[in-house]
Amino acid sequence: MTPRRKRLFAILGILAGVGIATAVALKAFDNNLQYFYDPSEVASGKAPSDKAIRVGGMVTKGSVARAPGSLEISFVITDFAKNVTVKYNGVLPDLFREGQGIIAHGQLKDGVFVADEVLAKHDEKYMPPEVAKSLKKQAPAPAPEGRT
Amino acid sequence: MLRYLTPAIAALALGALFWFALHRIGNGTLDVREIKSPLIGRAAPTFTLPLVMDPAQRFDSHSMAGKVYVVNVWGTWCPACREEHESLISLSRITGVPFVGIDWKDDNAEANRYLAQLGNPYQTVVADAEGRVAIDWGVYGAPETFLVSKDGKVLAKYAGALTEAVWAEKFAPLVSQQGGAP
Amino acid sequence: MIPELGTLAMVIALLLAAAQGFFGIAGAHWNRQSWMQAVGTAVTGVWVFVTFAFGILTYSFIVHDYSIAYVATNSNDELPLMYRIAAVWGAHEGSLLLWIEILSTWALLVAIFSKSLPVAFRARVLGVLGVIGVGFTSFTLLTSSPFLREIPAKLEGADLNPILQDPALAIHPPMLYMGYVGTSVAFAFAIAAMLSGRIDPSWSRWTRPWTVAAWMCLTVGIALGSWWAYYELGWGGWWFWDPVENASFMPWLASTALIHSLAVTEKRGLFKSWTLLLAIFAFSLSLVGTFLVRSGVLVSVHAFASDPQRGMFILGLLLFFIVGSLTLYAWRAPSLKMDGGFETVSRESFLLLNNALLFATALLILLGTLWPLFMDMFNLGKISVGPPYFNIVFLVPTLPLLVLMGVGMHAAWRRAALASRARMLWMIAGGAVLLALVITLGFYHSIGLPLTVVGFAGGLFVMGSALVDPVTRLRNRQPISRSALGMAVAHFGIGVFVIGISGVASYKIEKDVSMGPGDSTQIAGYTFNFKDTRTNVPGPNYVATQANVEITRDGAKVADLSTEKRQFKIQSMPMTHAGIAVAWNRDLFVALGDDLGANKWSMRLQYKPLVRYIWIGAVIVALGGLIAMMDRRYRAKVPVTEPATDAGAAGRVA
Repeated sequence: MTPRRKRLFAILGILAGVGIATAVALKAFDNNLQYFYDPSEVASGKAPSDKAIRVGGMVTKGSVARAPGSLEISFVITDFAKNVTVKYNGVLPDLFREGQGIIAHGQLKDGVFVADEVLAKHDEKYMPPEVAKSLKKQAPAPAPEGRT
Repeated sequence: MLRYLTPAIAALALGALFWFALHRIGNGTLDVREIKSPLIGRAAPTFTLPLVMDPAQRFDSHSMAGKVYVVNVWGTWCPACREEHESLISLSRITGVPFVGIDWKDDNAEANRYLAQLGNPYQTVVADAEGRVAIDWGVYGAPETFLVSKDGKVLAKYAGALTEAVWAEKFAPLVSQQGGAP
Repeated sequence: MIPELGTLAMVIALLLAAAQGFFGIAGAHWNRQSWMQAVGTAVTGVWVFVTFAFGILTYSFIVHDYSIAYVATNSNDELPLMYRIAAVWGAHEGSLLLWIEILSTWALLVAIFSKSLPVAFRARVLGVLGVIGVGFTSFTLLTSSPFLREIPAKLEGADLNPILQDPALAIHPPMLYMGYVGTSVAFAFAIAAMLSGRIDPSWSRWTRPWTVAAWMCLTVGIALGSWWAYYELGWGGWWFWDPVENASFMPWLASTALIHSLAVTEKRGLFKSWTLLLAIFAFSLSLVGTFLVRSGVLVSVHAFASDPQRGMFILGLLLFFIVGSLTLYAWRAPSLKMDGGFETVSRESFLLLNNALLFATALLILLGTLWPLFMDMFNLGKISVGPPYFNIVFLVPTLPLLVLMGVGMHAAWRRAALASRARMLWMIAGGAVLLALVITLGFYHSIGLPLTVVGFAGGLFVMGSALVDPVTRLRNRQPISRSALGMAVAHFGIGVFVIGISGVASYKIEKDVSMGPGDSTQIAGYTFNFKDTRTNVPGPNYVATQANVEITRDGAKVADLSTEKRQFKIQSMPMTHAGIAVAWNRDLFVALGDDLGANKWSMRLQYKPLVRYIWIGAVIVALGGLIAMMDRRYRAKVPVTEPATDAGAAGRVA
């Protein structure tokens, strides 16, 4: 192969790669983007039913309900304006608790969100009091200048 | 030559995207966290809580009606609160906007010692020992700072340590829209 | 006093790194021998002071110096010693220090092992590493110092994030960073070559072992992270396409492409500008990864605490290095002539396709990772790009890659006479398909997913094909070069890895159940008997609720597992500790969930066939890298001319 033809070949190869890449990306994007909705959007009917979406909000105090011994759980998430009831049948993440922000993946069915996955997000930026509880135990008197 | 510049140009474009993203996160117009504060533009949650200085007395947030004010959620257990404390003091002094502090899940004696030692930026500090009011405000962690309008709506929220720069960019324009400090 | 010494050491290291950068680059430019001589000393100095600072932080963790804010927020009196040491890199500030420590170590190694390189070239390489050091050291000092005091000092620390208290995770960051940061060496070689305007086969020969070393660390680091996620975080998932995982995978793809492209540049003097570009990309993607993880622009479970201020600083560094190097590239690359040609069927062609596919994969993953940010930026909605997207964009390019790999290993340079090997390759392919059918239908009694047979057959084909050369040579008592052996081993590892993925993706069983003592559940022929629970089981810094599960198969006992829900005292955060029974062909996985009342617990039971081969494969791949790295021709003083190289390939200078 002459250098010129080889260069052509190389460029064609790269173009083919990019072309395949774009085609694959467009195809894959088509059905794999999951939109996020908050409870207000769900309540106002903006969120589609029977389509894979995500909703997120704070688990309302006292809303977590399950029959004793049953895996099925239901709870209400809120954005302090509107509420959405979430049903889930499975093991909850470690950080799930009332008052915690969670994100649920699943589908909206007749106004109830049926989740197939529940994620609790843990944000390190600013801490919930439990995390920093120990920091309360400060030095009784501030050491002068605090140098060692 | 131009052909060889393509990667550099692509990198610059990517850089621009990142820059805008950071800029918007910085001034609070973009929140990548998926659960955002839905309170903006809505009525601020009302509360009645005991004062940190004197738990026998209670403070009712209705008493702030007609004023622009700041609600700052903090705790002595929170390192970032300590970080922002100096800024709070100077901001409350300079701007004249009243700061209402909500001392979240904290020990009263500890809080009093903290304020005595570091200074008190607040017009009023109330104790939310059980954290119920914080839940109403949708607080995830401390510190969080809210700006409330004269008609009792939440105008803005900032999560993390407040600085003069954040105030200037995010809160100050809203305060002047409200006709300045009361 | 101690932490102030740490800061001081960092400042000195910063100055020395600046000297290293200046003497290296300027010394080579103006050809000042004494300046270039000084670079090696500067490199040693930087390493000594950075290591000193690193030692001080470690010491502060060991002795519980809570007057340092970073120690107070990431350690605790009850934290075991091993995790106190690992806590040094448990959060943003300390992990940056680790980043710098590893960078200076790489630079030191380059300085030691590159004494035989031309003086000016060596000076330039070390100079570029010095400039990178200046960038990151000043970033640490200005925005993220781990040595800041917290006054008044705390009596007790806030403890390390429980998720990070795990042996695999203790070594995962150092390994991963060695890979990440190691890409800077190839980058420095590329920049040095562009500054000097010379790229010849010896350049590739010098660059290759360093690139392979970094790539090897990256491979092990990613595998460790995946293994950790599997048993600690993920409830049995081993890869989540989380932005942070992608941030480590993209540089891996780029450096894999780079290794292959370097082979062509070394042996044939081709793809020069492309190789340079890849060296820049590999490092750039590492920097982009660092940026994404630390700036807070992406939502991830692993992301560091972050703020836009820091983000701006890293963005500045990022743009300086990436745009700077790409501009230099745009200026220099046009003068790099390609010489020598090759036929359509030749090793060059295979490697070209390999590069195109790997590069396309990396780009598609980058696109998927950044797309949510892009949508959010322009208020087009909050979206997440889920694993299905990544699975597709990963599988579509990599399945053809498997076939190319299996065939391409046997292609000769310039012009491959594959016909002579065709018979054998067809036999291996036929055997692989047959074996794949036996595995799927015979052992698992199901054809699985649409790609299951393809996956098994592809993996087996690559494994078989990789063995041909070493086995033939062994039988004929011919010697095999370490680099050829390394390639065979690494490719064999890829095959093993593919088998692991195919098995676990096709035949895994996951079941969330409600169980109480005395209950049993059956999956995949295994019976999980819930024996009992114990509460308040003490650990060093947690208390746990423990559930004991006995697994039987056809009445015979297979394993006793215990799984715990640990409540960490200080961070008051629950963590699940899974019980895993390992065998050569499968994992059985039990994780305890919540107390459901009525003496029942939620439990996640899993059957994970062949899952181990994912990590075993990755280790074999890394081992292949290690073997190839030790090839004789990299041991500098013996400049071996490759017999395969013909005159035309002795790459001319641009």
